[in-house]
Amino acid sequence: MDTLNVLLMGFISIVIVNNLVFTKFLGICPYLGVSGRIDMAFGMGMAVTFVVTLSGTLTWLIDHLILIGTPLEVTRYVCFILVIAGAVQLVEMYLRKFFPSLYESFGIFLPLITTNCAILGMCLFINLWGTESLLEAVVLSFGAGIGFTMAICIMAGIRENLNMADVPKCLKGAPITLITAGILAMAFMGFAGMIR
Amino acid sequence: MTGKSEAKTTAYRQTLLAGLWRENPVLRLLLGMCPTLAVTAAVKPAFTMGCCVIFVLVCSNIIVSLMRDLLKPHLRILMFTLTIATFVTIADLFLKAFVPAMSETLGPYVPLIIVNCIIICRAEACASKNRIVISIIDAVGMGIGFTVTLCILAGIRELLSTGKIFEMQLMPEAFVPWAAMSMPVGAFITLGLMLGLVNKVTNKEA
Repeated sequence: MDTLNVLLMGFISIVIVNNLVFTKFLGICPYLGVSGRIDMAFGMGMAVTFVVTLSGTLTWLIDHLILIGTPLEVTRYVCFILVIAGAVQLVEMYLRKFFPSLYESFGIFLPLITTNCAILGMCLFINLWGTESLLEAVVLSFGAGIGFTMAICIMAGIRENLNMADVPKCLKGAPITLITAGILAMAFMGFAGMIR
Repeated sequence: MTGKSEAKTTAYRQTLLAGLWRENPVLRLLLGMCPTLAVTAAVKPAFTMGCCVIFVLVCSNIIVSLMRDLLKPHLRILMFTLTIATFVTIADLFLKAFVPAMSETLGPYVPLIIVNCIIICRAEACASKNRIVISIIDAVGMGIGFTVTLCILAGIRELLSTGKIFEMQLMPEAFVPWAAMSMPVGAFITLGLMLGLVNKVTNKEA
């Protein structure tokens, strides 16, 4: 029961209270680039969720089974980025073979996930927060993906309406998106302190 | 001969200046937003971050430029990332050893330089096509452009959130600090307004 509680709290915390996009500024680039249409945003979110769960788990395993306590610890970042690049490649191959239509719709965004800071950031945060068990690492990284999906979908919904709005010319595009994100971040600040 | 060297110098100057304004990575190309937003609550960490990025950018551009003829197209990005990761590790260990407090403040954002789009973009767009001198100059220009932007943003935020810059009281006593400026909200909105301002200035120029 206790473990379940910890896991549930961790999950809610990473999705809402410590949302990667709004409190840690991770994954801003795809957040600004892809959030134009809601279906694409959702697809991107799903792909990121899958990759972040996979690479979060793998990097935790590598960290605890191989790196910690050996001089190899200096190669941590190199290992992490290799794992992420490998995971993305794996997802790409798998999708191309078994779900060609989904693969087509992701297009260029799939390889770009490698350089999504949300993923490397999450692997580093798991390491930094001193996550104790494998299960916790899995749940946290899955939650990070869900949080990212939620943020990018909210933003896409707003931006679809923003196209109709009368925005000053110099603020069109990225500036107004950032300001909107700021207001959203303010809304999410209301959750701060709810857990941990 | 002199004409040739003159043309060269102009090309160098053009490359250097491009990074500062015309192709400023943050303000014009919208690259490297994550660290820009995350470390700009105060000027000092912003400056340190800028220096780290300059170091990594110059080193990785040198290496990528040296190995540009050996790169296979499909392994290109992987080679870039591994090169960058190596130099980021060096920068991170250096910070940990000599300025541990700063390393603590920056936290995971130093290793996150690995996936900073600026560095991969410059490796791809410049260093993998050009000779070593141009690559170095490009890296320096871009790096300085990034650092200056970061410092300006951090300056605005620090001034409004504490009334001080570098421990110096700049605002009058009666000034009430805007706590929100040091939080994510302040980062997003300040950068948004800054981009708007830059757009306005450029539209006037054109």
